[in-house]
Amino acid sequence: MKILVLVKYVPDATGERGFAADHTVDREASDGLLSELDEYAVEQALRVAEEGDAVEVVVLTLGPDDAATAIKRALQMGASAGIHVLDDAVAGSDALSTSAILAAAVRKAEPDLVLCGMASTDGAMGVVPVMVAEHLGWPAATLGASLEVADGAVTVRRDTDTASLTVTATMPAVVSVTDQSGEARYPSMKGILAAKKKPVQTWGMSDLGIDPGSVGLDAAWSKVDQTTPRPPKEAGQIVPDDDGAGSAALVEFLATGKFI
Amino acid sequence: MTEVIVAAEIADGRVAKPTLELLTLARRVGKPVAVVFADAAGVADTLGEYGATAVLSVLDPAIEEFLVAPKAEALAQIVAERQPAAVLITSSAEGKEIGGRLAVKLGSGIITDATDLAADSATTQSVFAGNWTVRASVTHGVPVVTVKPNAIAPEPAPTQAPVSEVSVTISEAAKGARIVKSEPKAASGRPELTEAGVVISGGRGTGGDFGAVEALADALGGAVGASRAAVDSGWYPHAYQVGQTGKTVSPQLYLAAGISGAIQHRAGMQTSKAIVAVNKDPEAPIFALADLGVVGDLQQVLPAVTEEVKRRKG
Ligand SMILES: Cc1cc2nc3c(=O)[nH]c(=O)nc-3n(C[C@H](O)[C@H](O)[C@H](O)COP(=O)(O)OP(=O)(O)OC[C@H]3O[C@@H](n4cnc5c(N)ncnc54)[C@H](O)[C@@H]3O)c2cc1C
Ligand SMILES: Nc1ncnc2c1ncn2[C@@H]1O[C@H](COP(=O)(O)O)[C@@H](O)[C@H]1O
Repeated sequence: MKILVLVKYVPDATGERGFAADHTVDREASDGLLSELDEYAVEQALRVAEEGDAVEVVVLTLGPDDAATAIKRALQMGASAGIHVLDDAVAGSDALSTSAILAAAVRKAEPDLVLCGMASTDGAMGVVPVMVAEHLGWPAATLGASLEVADGAVTVRRDTDTASLTVTATMPAVVSVTDQSGEARYPSMKGILAAKKKPVQTWGMSDLGIDPGSVGLDAAWSKVDQTTPRPPKEAGQIVPDDDGAGSAALVEFLATGKFI
Repeated sequence: MTEVIVAAEIADGRVAKPTLELLTLARRVGKPVAVVFADAAGVADTLGEYGATAVLSVLDPAIEEFLVAPKAEALAQIVAERQPAAVLITSSAEGKEIGGRLAVKLGSGIITDATDLAADSATTQSVFAGNWTVRASVTHGVPVVTVKPNAIAPEPAPTQAPVSEVSVTISEAAKGARIVKSEPKAASGRPELTEAGVVISGGRGTGGDFGAVEALADALGGAVGASRAAVDSGWYPHAYQVGQTGKTVSPQLYLAAGISGAIQHRAGMQTSKAIVAVNKDPEAPIFALADLGVVGDLQQVLPAVTEEVKRRKG
């Protein structure tokens, strides 16, 4: 069985994040890394591989040169090979193009199971997994808080506000997992050394049979025309709770705001 | 005037508040037409009160049996038939997935987590943990827009909303992810977290005792939220987690008790109208966001406030 994990290279959320002049995410402003939420997907793939026979875990990213960092991290965690979809034409692609390109790459890689994170930590749309599935005509069992693979089917537990659902899909299928699915492992020293020898292929748009003119910023299906940093918040009032002064101030705040 | 399709959400036989917000926004763009994935008889009056000019009820059994895909397929057929100016969906986990599938089917652009919508369907979004505001438009196809709950206040605009049942064809491909089991969760009896006007959240600083947090929430008629640290410790269910991997809330009042204010937590509450923090540590980053910060022990501050609130309410 082959599991393809889709991982995204994102700006570090704890650093400065902003936009470049063309309103795309400024990748210079902060260091990038493998999206923490995609580490959970890599982790689940590795756990399936550890429990099953002959399970191969391949990671795939669509992103700029630096996105190789994300593949490297996943290989260090234990994935066996990487695919980097890299093409200058892709810059500025929106969810529609991104999912179309990822779907084409999935077709070429021919996995039995595609594993994704619940959302990217930058775009945070949480739509790419179902959109990839829609392009492929595959079922999607998304937002799994747990995952199980058996007898050619994948089963996830999906928690909604009102119920806990058990969802089953026949493979090939697309699955996404949440940060409830289980802590992701840190790469071991052995893993870090082994990663250096693992194969990474690079695919461009021509390898995927995609017209470069149909992707990227100019071909995007939605357009950002304004990006504005939020004005710094005016400093609020800070009250130490000496002799109940804090609770008194809080009660006044509630009364002024008509919450009482 | 063109139509705007609004995917209505019905909870416990009632129209969910975010749907009323969608109807209010939809009226800026065109005539709202509500699509209900259930029997619409009991909800048509409310939908009409908020401006729905028609209610379409989709009753295919596949809607309940399979995840997301049948709803997207039904909407795609309705859009093909009626050629609306836009499709509006609530930005819940499911709503965004319906939107994503619909966008692929229609060959349309999609914008998620909008906080506002203009007459030309241009959207406003708040990104990077609320630090940036983005204006964007869909340039291809029928705009598919998911809107965050509590972004605007619903306003009534009474009309008559005739109900009609639409039959849709659900393909085999949309029946791929079967819901084999559904275990209902116990209701908290408090307002829905994403819809509540007041949210009182507790973090690691509660030490596991949410009693004071719940008591204040109840005194103010609010919902209870939790940080991931509190959820991961098993102190509160994950459904109540606020933040990047939990719920995004935008209430009139957000009170963070014993929460440090990590970027991932802020991502879920930064757009709240008023923010109050109660924390022992004067250096806690949450204070930088707070309109009012109380430096103190939440187990003392919260009960004192609760008592006074109750006294004033009589
Ligand atoms: C990918 C990713 C996603 C994440 N998603 C989320 C998310 O959705 N939501 C989320 O919340 N976090 C999320 N986190 C975790 C986040 O980074 C923080 O770890 C978390 O928010 C910390 O929770 P906390 O503030 O309760 O705990 P802490 O950071 O430990 O803070 C506890 C605070 O309580 C104060 N305190 C202690 N005792 C008292 C007392 N008696 N009275 C008053 N104050 C007291 C302390 O001074 C401290 O400031 C995510 C992290 C990652 C990496
Ligand atoms: N550029 C990309 N390369 C690989 N995987 C991606 C990319 N963008 C999104 N994904 C996958 O889709 C998930 C959801 O992304 P999003 O819809 O952007 O929030 C991520 O967690 C990844 O698993």
